Amino acid sequence: MEITLFSLVSGKKATIKRLDGGEEFRKKLASLNIRVGKTIRKITQQPFQGPVVIEIDNTEATIGMKMAKKILLEPLEVE
Amino acid sequence: MNKADGYLDMKILLMGNPNVGKSAIFSRLTGVNVIISNYAGTTIELKKGKMKLDDQLVEVIDVPGTYSLEPTSKAEEVAVNMLENGDLVINVVDATNLERNLYLTLQLLERDIPVIVVLNFWDEIRHLGIQIDAKKLETYLDVPVVPVVAVTGEGIKSLVSRLHEVKAHKNSYSEETRWGEIGKIIKDVQKITFKKHTFLEKLEDMSIKPLSGIPITMLILAFVFMTVRFIGENLIAYLFDPLFEIYLPAVSALSTMLGHSGFIHDILVGTLIEGKIDYIQSMGLLTTGLYVPLAMVLPYVFVFYLVLGILEDSGYLPRLATLVDTILHRLGMHGLAIIPTLLGFGCNVPGALSVRILETKKQRFIAATLMAIAVPCMAQTAMVLALLGPYGIKGLAIYFVTLFVVWLTLGFLLNKGLKGEIPETFMEIPPYRIPYFGSLAKKLWMRMRSFLTEAIPFVLLGVLIVNILYVFGIIEWISEAAAPVIVGILGLPKEAVAALIVGFLRKDIAVGMLLPLGLDMGQLIVASVVLTMYFPCVATFVVLFKELGARDLIKAIAIMIISTLLVGGALNVLL
Repeated sequence: MEITLFSLVSGKKATIKRLDGGEEFRKKLASLNIRVGKTIRKITQQPFQGPVVIEIDNTEATIGMKMAKKILLEPLEVE
Repeated sequence: MNKADGYLDMKILLMGNPNVGKSAIFSRLTGVNVIISNYAGTTIELKKGKMKLDDQLVEVIDVPGTYSLEPTSKAEEVAVNMLENGDLVINVVDATNLERNLYLTLQLLERDIPVIVVLNFWDEIRHLGIQIDAKKLETYLDVPVVPVVAVTGEGIKSLVSRLHEVKAHKNSYSEETRWGEIGKIIKDVQKITFKKHTFLEKLEDMSIKPLSGIPITMLILAFVFMTVRFIGENLIAYLFDPLFEIYLPAVSALSTMLGHSGFIHDILVGTLIEGKIDYIQSMGLLTTGLYVPLAMVLPYVFVFYLVLGILEDSGYLPRLATLVDTILHRLGMHGLAIIPTLLGFGCNVPGALSVRILETKKQRFIAATLMAIAVPCMAQTAMVLALLGPYGIKGLAIYFVTLFVVWLTLGFLLNKGLKGEIPETFMEIPPYRIPYFGSLAKKLWMRMRSFLTEAIPFVLLGVLIVNILYVFGIIEWISEAAAPVIVGILGLPKEAVAALIVGFLRKDIAVGMLLPLGLDMGQLIVASVVLTMYFPCVATFVVLFKELGARDLIKAIAIMIISTLLVGGALNVLL
């Protein structure tokens, strides 16, 4: 089941399956090591269409809502 | 390379991802003090210094952070262009994020330039349950790899001694094979074991989740305001005022020597108020000119920068930026714009410089304009505290709430009215770190020094100009001409115009000039708000001119004047 980072429940982990954007989008995300195959944890989502905060490796990153809708994930069932 | 005069024509570049400690290493190598904080983008321009290598001086350049050598932003372009002129790269790598950082390392190893890799935050990896085999990494990369702790200086000697072993490689990878290679390296050199969540890590999550993060922010802001006010007031009452009491007999003697009046007396000592020197009202170079910057402003500036430094070094600011991102998007900026805003509360000059961390012209224009209009610098705030403080919290509350409403409204309108897009937020949030005392103290000292060297000459110049303008009757002439606006719209006495003129040089001394006018609380609030909004001080003006260009600066100033008249007029009617 593929869901977007935007709809992933806060606190859950997931593996990145697909990045629904062009070359530039992919490169931008890769700068923080957000790439297909990596596992991330969604920490929280700011209210009123605000940005999503994720944990990747030992970093946290804030990602705008529209970008978060273009990051497609496979949720991990067990922590 | 030219070895003739003991100066080696060699450029060493410090390169790496943002917030990996390049500036801390730069400062260790060159002895040049630079501002170091715990968020990406502290260094906004190239910083140059010299270090000794084999008894010869070489140039070291602190390059702004970049994630890759395919420039996606202006700052990254600067970094990539620097490569053409460098002779050696010290690639600073965040050991706690090795995988991501190695991407730039591999790209650097494709260029025809010798590289040495520095693994910073070496002390932190153990707590994180990470083990890195630096020797093995060295074999893979085939360049020296040196673990360091930049803030304490651990490992810096070994870095310098190994600068001879640098190598250039000219590898060739594609993006795909680069990540493949990194995967292979990481698998072999890095081991991650289970780690317990520390208190700081729990706090990281708590302070970025809206339900707990917003109350935490409120607490922090209230704490900052109260600390600044409390410590500032006490420094004045128990340290600076007594010092100026000790100094009083000296200026009094000078006043007597000069015969208590006359042109020279008025310039140096000022006019006597009821036969006595009044540090605030006398307006002499040796009285008001020293008392205002040293005894009224400096204590607050000191506490503010101390608290700001702790916030910067802890890593809290990017979290605050995330929490306010949604609001700031409605105002035509994004979360990171909170950083120029906060810096502006200290002094508008570094605030205006740091709008560069925003990507588009529209964002930079809005952030700079809003800061210049609605963010009072600490010098000004200190004087407003002195002026409105006696009326209790009410006057101060009206002053700050008015500016906040102006900031919100104007941002909203500018966002609607200006063309250009607001890119989505995408930023790295650093881990919380306990501020390191040494770098905190150094940063505070640098900021205090720039306050002392930049503020005091302008305050003195301001005092001198006031005296000259009064002596030649120029102030009276301008007061008459400006009376319809000052009296008619703002409801202030026409003498207040002198403060507006001086406000262009220094806002603190201008606020002080309101005291002798015998204004009531309403008028004091109107005058304080007007002085904050109407025009930036000359130092900020110069930076805005450089950052925005003439056209946008004129636009910004038109916005300032119009909104000042509207807000000042409205307050005059309401209060």
